Amino acid sequence: MATQVNKQLGDNIFLTKLDAAASWARANSLWPMPFATACCGIELMSTAASKHDLSRFGSEVMRFSPRQCDLMIVAGRVVMKMLPVLQRIWLQMPEPKWCISMGACACTGGVFDTYAVVQGVDRFMPVDVYVPGCPPRPEQLIRSIIDLQEKIQSGGTVNAREFKLRILPEGPARFDEDELVRIRERNGFKLEDQKYDPVH
Amino acid sequence: MTNQSTDSKLSEIETVKLRLSETLAGISLEWSEFRSQTRVICPAAELLKCLKAFKAVGFDQLTDLTAVDLLEYGNVNDRFEVVYCLLNVDSGLRLIAKTYLNEPDLTIPSATSVWFGADWPEREVYDMYGIIFSGHPNFKRLLLPDEFQSFPLRKDYPVKGRGERHNFPVITRAES
Repeated sequence: MATQVNKQLGDNIFLTKLDAAASWARANSLWPMPFATACCGIELMSTAASKHDLSRFGSEVMRFSPRQCDLMIVAGRVVMKMLPVLQRIWLQMPEPKWCISMGACACTGGVFDTYAVVQGVDRFMPVDVYVPGCPPRPEQLIRSIIDLQEKIQSGGTVNAREFKLRILPEGPARFDEDELVRIRERNGFKLEDQKYDPVH
Repeated sequence: MTNQSTDSKLSEIETVKLRLSETLAGISLEWSEFRSQTRVICPAAELLKCLKAFKAVGFDQLTDLTAVDLLEYGNVNDRFEVVYCLLNVDSGLRLIAKTYLNEPDLTIPSATSVWFGADWPEREVYDMYGIIFSGHPNFKRLLLPDEFQSFPLRKDYPVKGRGERHNFPVITRAES
Protein backbone atom coordinates (compact mmCIF):
# COMPACT_ATOMS: atom_id res chain seq x y z
CA MET A 1 0.00 0.00 0.00
CA ALA A 2 2.87 2.28 0.85
CA THR A 3 4.24 1.97 -2.68
CA GLN A 4 0.82 2.86 -4.06
CA VAL A 5 0.70 5.99 -1.89
CA ASN A 6 4.24 6.92 -2.94
CA LYS A 7 3.31 6.55 -6.56
CA GLN A 8 0.34 8.83 -6.14
CA LEU A 9 1.86 11.51 -3.92
CA GLY A 10 5.64 11.28 -4.32
CA ASP A 11 7.67 12.61 -1.36
CA ASN A 12 4.91 14.87 -0.13
CA ILE A 13 3.66 12.48 2.57
CA PHE A 14 5.63 10.48 5.14
CA LEU A 15 4.20 7.54 6.97
CA THR A 16 5.38 6.98 10.53
CA LYS A 17 4.21 5.95 13.96
CA LEU A 18 2.72 8.52 16.29
CA ASP A 19 5.25 7.49 18.98
CA ALA A 20 8.18 8.10 16.65
CA ALA A 21 6.84 11.45 15.47
CA ALA A 22 6.27 12.66 19.04
CA SER A 23 9.69 11.44 20.19
CA TRP A 24 11.39 13.08 17.21
CA ALA A 25 9.78 16.39 18.06
CA ARG A 26 10.52 16.11 21.78
CA ALA A 27 14.14 15.01 21.35
CA ASN A 28 14.96 18.01 19.18
CA SER A 29 13.31 20.54 21.44
CA LEU A 30 14.51 19.84 24.98
CA TRP A 31 13.97 22.74 27.34
CA PRO A 32 16.46 22.41 30.21
CA MET A 33 15.83 23.41 33.79
CA PRO A 34 19.31 24.44 34.98
CA PHE A 35 19.57 23.27 38.59
CA ALA A 36 23.09 24.66 38.94
CA THR A 37 24.40 24.62 42.50
CA ALA A 38 28.19 24.64 42.02
CA CYS A 39 31.06 24.86 39.54
CA CYS A 40 29.31 22.48 37.08
CA GLY A 41 26.87 25.35 36.62
CA ILE A 42 29.68 27.42 35.10
CA GLU A 43 30.34 24.69 32.55
CA LEU A 44 26.61 24.49 31.90
CA MET A 45 26.56 28.22 31.18
CA SER A 46 29.60 27.80 28.95
CA THR A 47 27.80 25.02 27.07
CA ALA A 48 24.91 27.34 26.35
CA ALA A 49 27.16 30.27 25.46
CA SER A 50 28.40 31.17 22.00
CA LYS A 51 31.58 29.07 21.93
CA HIS A 52 29.92 25.68 22.39
CA ASP A 53 26.43 26.82 21.38
CA LEU A 54 23.98 24.27 22.74
CA SER A 55 21.32 25.59 20.36
CA ARG A 56 22.97 23.59 17.57
CA PHE A 57 21.39 20.59 19.29
CA GLY A 58 18.02 22.17 19.93
CA SER A 59 18.11 22.49 23.69
CA GLU A 60 19.23 26.03 24.33
CA VAL A 61 15.98 27.34 25.81
CA MET A 62 16.85 27.40 29.51
CA ARG A 63 13.88 28.23 31.67
CA PHE A 64 14.02 28.95 35.37
CA SER A 65 10.41 27.92 35.80
CA PRO A 66 10.02 24.14 36.11
CA ARG A 67 6.55 24.35 34.56
CA GLN A 68 8.11 25.25 31.22
CA CYS A 69 10.87 22.63 31.20
CA ASP A 70 11.25 18.99 30.29
CA LEU A 71 14.92 18.36 31.03
CA MET A 72 16.34 18.68 34.54
CA ILE A 73 20.12 19.21 34.55
CA VAL A 74 21.41 18.75 38.10
CA ALA A 75 24.77 20.53 37.94
CA GLY A 76 26.64 20.49 41.22
CA ARG A 77 26.53 19.06 44.70
CA VAL A 78 23.21 18.77 46.46
CA VAL A 79 23.12 19.15 50.23
CA MET A 80 20.54 17.91 52.71
CA LYS A 81 18.71 21.24 52.74
CA MET A 82 18.63 21.42 48.93
CA LEU A 83 17.37 17.90 48.20
CA PRO A 84 13.70 18.56 49.13
CA VAL A 85 13.86 21.62 46.87
CA LEU A 86 15.27 19.54 44.03
CA GLN A 87 12.59 16.89 44.46
CA ARG A 88 9.86 19.50 44.53
CA ILE A 89 11.12 21.17 41.35
CA TRP A 90 11.31 17.74 39.70
CA LEU A 91 7.69 17.02 40.65
CA GLN A 92 6.61 20.42 39.33
CA MET A 93 7.97 19.70 35.85
CA PRO A 94 5.29 18.50 33.40
CA GLU A 95 5.48 15.11 31.65
CA PRO A 96 7.32 13.93 29.67
CA LYS A 97 10.54 14.87 31.43
CA TRP A 98 14.10 13.62 31.72
CA CYS A 99 17.00 14.18 34.06
CA ILE A 100 20.74 14.56 33.49
CA SER A 101 22.99 14.19 36.53
CA MET A 102 25.98 16.35 35.65
CA GLY A 103 29.36 15.96 37.34
CA ALA A 104 30.88 13.78 40.05
CA CYS A 105 29.03 15.49 42.91
CA ALA A 106 25.54 15.13 41.46
CA CYS A 107 26.26 11.50 40.52
CA THR A 108 28.00 10.28 43.68
CA GLY A 109 28.67 13.14 46.08
CA GLY A 110 32.19 13.49 44.68
CA VAL A 111 34.86 14.54 47.14
CA PHE A 112 32.20 15.86 49.52
CA ASP A 113 31.77 12.70 51.54
CA THR A 114 30.41 14.58 54.56
CA TYR A 115 27.35 14.51 56.78
CA ALA A 116 25.46 17.19 54.88
CA VAL A 117 26.03 16.24 51.23
CA VAL A 118 23.72 13.81 49.43
CA GLN A 119 25.76 10.97 47.94
CA GLY A 120 24.22 11.09 44.47
CA VAL A 121 20.85 12.51 43.48
CA ASP A 122 19.87 9.18 41.90
CA ARG A 123 19.34 7.81 45.40
CA PHE A 124 16.24 9.96 45.73
CA MET A 125 15.02 10.78 42.20
CA PRO A 126 15.20 9.13 38.75
CA VAL A 127 18.17 9.97 36.50
CA ASP A 128 18.38 9.19 32.75
CA VAL A 129 21.95 10.16 31.84
CA TYR A 130 25.02 10.50 34.06
CA VAL A 131 27.89 12.78 33.07
CA PRO A 132 31.21 12.07 34.80
CA GLY A 133 33.86 14.73 35.35
CA CYS A 134 34.81 17.35 37.88
CA PRO A 135 33.48 19.45 36.29
CA PRO A 136 32.65 17.84 32.90
CA ARG A 137 33.71 19.77 29.84
CA PRO A 138 30.95 21.31 27.73
CA GLU A 139 31.62 18.68 25.07
CA GLN A 140 30.69 15.98 27.58
CA LEU A 141 27.43 17.70 28.42
CA ILE A 142 26.66 18.06 24.71
CA ARG A 143 27.40 14.34 24.30
CA SER A 144 25.00 13.54 27.14
CA ILE A 145 22.28 15.58 25.48
CA ILE A 146 22.88 13.77 22.17
CA ASP A 147 22.69 10.46 24.04
CA LEU A 148 19.47 11.53 25.71
CA GLN A 149 18.03 12.50 22.32
CA GLU A 150 18.88 9.01 21.06
CA LYS A 151 17.27 7.50 24.15
CA ILE A 152 14.11 9.52 23.64
CA GLN A 153 13.92 8.66 19.94
CA SER A 154 14.54 4.97 20.47
CA GLY A 155 12.10 4.36 23.30
CA GLY A 156 9.77 7.35 23.59
CA THR A 157 6.01 7.06 23.39
CA VAL A 158 3.41 9.69 22.66
CA ASN A 159 1.58 9.21 25.96
CA ALA A 160 4.78 8.64 27.98
CA ARG A 161 3.78 5.10 28.93
CA GLU A 162 7.43 3.94 29.07
CA PHE A 163 7.80 5.88 32.32
CA LYS A 164 4.99 3.91 33.95
CA LEU A 165 7.20 0.81 33.87
CA ARG A 166 9.90 2.41 36.02
CA ILE A 167 8.28 1.66 39.35
CA LEU A 168 11.44 0.80 41.30
CA PRO A 169 14.04 3.21 42.71
CA GLU A 170 16.90 3.32 40.21
CA GLY A 171 19.77 4.58 42.36
CA PRO A 172 21.92 2.59 44.77
CA ALA A 173 19.92 1.23 47.66
CA ARG A 174 20.68 2.35 51.17
CA PHE A 175 23.31 0.16 52.70
CA ASP A 176 21.86 -2.75 54.68
CA GLU A 177 23.20 -2.82 58.24
CA ASP A 178 23.44 -6.64 58.20
CA GLU A 179 25.50 -6.36 55.03
CA LEU A 180 27.85 -4.10 56.95
CA VAL A 181 28.23 -6.73 59.66
CA ARG A 182 28.99 -9.39 57.06
CA ILE A 183 31.59 -7.23 55.31
CA ARG A 184 33.29 -6.42 58.60
CA GLU A 185 33.44 -10.09 59.58
CA ARG A 186 34.77 -11.03 56.16
CA ASN A 187 37.53 -8.43 56.52
CA GLY A 188 38.40 -9.56 60.03
CA PHE A 189 37.00 -6.50 61.83
CA LYS A 190 34.82 -6.62 64.88
CA LEU A 191 31.46 -4.87 65.00
CA GLU A 192 32.59 -2.66 67.88
CA ASP A 193 35.55 -1.33 65.88
CA GLN A 194 34.63 2.28 65.22
CA LYS A 195 37.52 2.97 62.88
CA TYR A 196 36.15 0.89 60.02
CA ASP A 197 32.87 2.23 58.74
CA PRO A 198 32.12 1.90 55.03
CA VAL A 199 28.53 3.12 55.35
CA HIS A 200 28.72 6.61 56.74
CA MET B 1 54.18 48.05 61.70
CA THR B 2 56.99 50.02 63.34
CA ASN B 3 58.30 49.32 66.77
CA GLN B 4 56.96 52.60 67.98
CA SER B 5 53.35 51.77 67.09
CA THR B 6 53.74 48.30 68.65
CA ASP B 7 54.92 49.97 71.82
CA SER B 8 51.99 52.36 71.83
CA LYS B 9 49.58 49.42 71.31
CA LEU B 10 51.19 47.65 74.26
CA SER B 11 50.79 50.64 76.50
CA GLU B 12 47.17 50.96 75.35
CA ILE B 13 46.56 47.36 76.35
CA GLU B 14 48.15 48.07 79.75
CA THR B 15 45.74 50.98 80.21
CA VAL B 16 42.81 48.72 79.29
CA LYS B 17 44.00 46.08 81.75
CA LEU B 18 44.26 48.68 84.48
CA ARG B 19 40.76 50.02 83.84
CA LEU B 20 39.31 46.52 83.71
CA SER B 21 40.95 45.55 86.98
CA GLU B 22 39.01 48.43 88.55
CA THR B 23 35.61 47.76 86.93
CA LEU B 24 35.87 43.98 87.26
CA ALA B 25 37.37 43.90 90.73
CA GLY B 26 36.81 40.49 92.31
CA ILE B 27 36.59 38.61 89.01
CA SER B 28 39.76 36.73 88.17
CA LEU B 29 40.74 37.40 84.55
CA GLU B 30 43.60 35.40 83.10
CA TRP B 31 45.64 37.52 80.67
CA SER B 32 48.11 36.13 78.16
CA GLU B 33 49.99 37.30 75.10
CA PHE B 34 50.70 35.42 71.86
CA ARG B 35 52.49 37.09 68.92
CA SER B 36 51.32 40.54 70.12
CA GLN B 37 47.71 39.35 70.37
CA THR B 38 46.15 39.87 73.75
CA ARG B 39 43.94 37.13 75.15
CA VAL B 40 41.85 37.06 78.25
CA ILE B 41 40.02 34.12 79.81
CA CYS B 42 36.84 35.01 81.68
CA PRO B 43 34.95 32.77 84.10
CA ALA B 44 31.74 31.54 82.47
CA ALA B 45 29.65 32.53 85.48
CA GLU B 46 30.61 36.20 85.15
CA LEU B 47 30.74 36.30 81.35
CA LEU B 48 28.07 38.90 80.67
CA LYS B 49 29.53 41.28 83.24
CA CYS B 50 32.97 40.91 81.62
CA LEU B 51 31.64 41.48 78.09
CA LYS B 52 29.81 44.63 79.21
CA ALA B 53 33.01 45.88 80.83
CA PHE B 54 34.96 45.17 77.62
CA LYS B 55 32.48 47.25 75.67
CA ALA B 56 32.70 50.02 78.25
CA VAL B 57 36.49 50.31 77.80
CA GLY B 58 36.06 50.83 74.05
CA PHE B 59 35.73 47.44 72.36
CA ASP B 60 32.63 48.46 70.43
CA GLN B 61 32.72 45.81 67.68
CA LEU B 62 32.35 42.05 67.96
CA THR B 63 34.25 40.94 64.85
CA ASP B 64 33.68 37.25 65.40
CA LEU B 65 32.19 34.78 67.82
CA THR B 66 33.06 31.14 67.55
CA ALA B 67 33.81 28.04 69.59
CA VAL B 68 36.39 25.27 69.80
CA ASP B 69 35.82 21.67 70.84
CA LEU B 70 38.83 20.74 72.97
CA LEU B 71 38.03 17.03 73.22
CA GLU B 72 41.31 15.07 73.17
CA TYR B 73 43.21 18.32 72.60
CA GLY B 74 46.55 18.30 74.39
CA ASN B 75 46.29 18.25 78.16
CA VAL B 76 43.30 20.58 78.36
CA ASN B 77 40.65 19.59 80.87
CA ASP B 78 37.75 21.66 79.57
CA ARG B 79 35.48 20.54 76.76
CA PHE B 80 34.40 23.71 74.92
CA GLU B 81 35.94 27.13 74.50
CA VAL B 82 33.80 30.05 73.30
CA VAL B 83 35.86 32.80 71.67
CA TYR B 84 34.88 36.46 71.31
CA CYS B 85 37.07 38.53 68.96
CA LEU B 86 36.70 42.19 69.87
CA LEU B 87 37.83 45.36 68.12
CA ASN B 88 38.06 48.95 69.20
CA VAL B 89 37.15 50.68 65.94
CA ASP B 90 38.65 54.05 66.97
CA SER B 91 42.07 52.87 68.13
CA GLY B 92 42.35 49.59 66.19
CA LEU B 93 43.03 47.68 69.41
CA ARG B 94 41.99 44.04 69.42
CA LEU B 95 41.16 41.64 72.25
CA ILE B 96 40.40 37.91 72.21
CA ALA B 97 38.10 36.98 75.09
CA LYS B 98 37.55 33.31 75.88
CA THR B 99 35.51 31.29 78.28
CA TYR B 100 35.42 27.56 79.02
CA LEU B 101 32.33 25.36 79.16
CA ASN B 102 31.83 21.80 80.25
CA GLU B 103 29.07 19.24 79.88
CA PRO B 104 26.35 18.85 81.03
CA ASP B 105 25.73 22.58 81.53
CA LEU B 106 26.41 24.14 78.11
CA THR B 107 24.46 27.34 78.73
CA ILE B 108 26.03 30.78 78.68
CA PRO B 109 24.40 34.21 78.49
CA SER B 110 23.88 35.63 75.01
CA ALA B 111 26.05 38.56 73.95
CA THR B 112 23.26 40.03 71.82
CA SER B 113 22.38 42.51 74.58
CA VAL B 114 25.95 43.89 74.36
CA TRP B 115 26.68 43.60 70.62
CA PHE B 116 23.61 42.81 68.50
CA GLY B 117 25.92 41.41 65.82
CA ALA B 118 26.27 38.30 67.98
CA ASP B 119 22.84 37.14 66.72
CA TRP B 120 23.88 34.91 63.79
CA PRO B 121 27.29 33.79 65.13
CA GLU B 122 25.60 32.52 68.30
CA ARG B 123 23.04 30.62 66.27
CA GLU B 124 25.84 29.12 64.19
CA VAL B 125 27.77 28.09 67.30
CA TYR B 126 24.61 26.42 68.60
CA ASP B 127 24.14 24.73 65.23
CA MET B 128 27.63 23.28 65.15
CA TYR B 129 28.49 22.72 68.85
CA GLY B 130 25.18 22.70 70.74
CA ILE B 131 26.12 25.53 73.09
CA ILE B 132 22.98 27.28 74.31
CA PHE B 133 22.93 31.07 74.55
CA SER B 134 20.27 32.12 77.00
CA GLY B 135 18.54 35.45 76.36
CA HIS B 136 19.00 35.28 72.57
CA PRO B 137 16.04 36.94 70.78
CA ASN B 138 15.58 34.26 68.07
CA PHE B 139 17.33 31.10 69.15
CA LYS B 140 17.16 28.31 66.58
CA ARG B 141 19.41 26.56 64.07
CA LEU B 142 20.97 28.82 61.42
CA LEU B 143 22.55 26.60 58.73
CA LEU B 144 21.37 23.03 59.20
CA PRO B 145 17.78 21.84 58.77
CA ASP B 146 15.55 22.38 61.80
CA GLU B 147 15.00 18.65 62.26
CA PHE B 148 18.74 17.91 62.49
CA GLN B 149 19.51 16.21 65.80
CA SER B 150 23.31 16.33 66.20
CA PHE B 151 25.97 19.00 66.41
CA PRO B 152 28.39 18.16 63.59
CA LEU B 153 31.50 20.16 64.53
CA ARG B 154 31.86 18.29 67.82
CA LYS B 155 34.89 16.04 67.76
CA ASP B 156 32.88 12.95 68.73
CA TYR B 157 30.58 13.32 65.69
CA PRO B 158 31.69 11.27 62.65
CA VAL B 159 32.66 13.29 59.56
CA LYS B 160 30.25 11.29 57.42
CA GLY B 161 27.39 11.81 59.82
CA ARG B 162 25.02 9.31 61.33
CA GLY B 163 22.97 8.63 58.20
CA GLU B 164 21.10 11.96 58.13
CA ARG B 165 22.06 12.46 54.49
CA HIS B 166 20.26 9.23 53.52
CA ASN B 167 17.05 10.06 55.31
CA PHE B 168 14.84 11.26 52.46
CA PRO B 169 11.89 9.82 50.52
CA VAL B 170 12.79 8.16 47.20
CA ILE B 171 10.83 9.32 44.16
CA THR B 172 10.49 6.65 41.49
CA ARG B 173 9.97 7.55 37.85
CA ALA B 174 6.48 6.04 37.69
CA GLU B 175 5.16 8.20 40.54
CA SER B 176 6.75 11.49 39.47
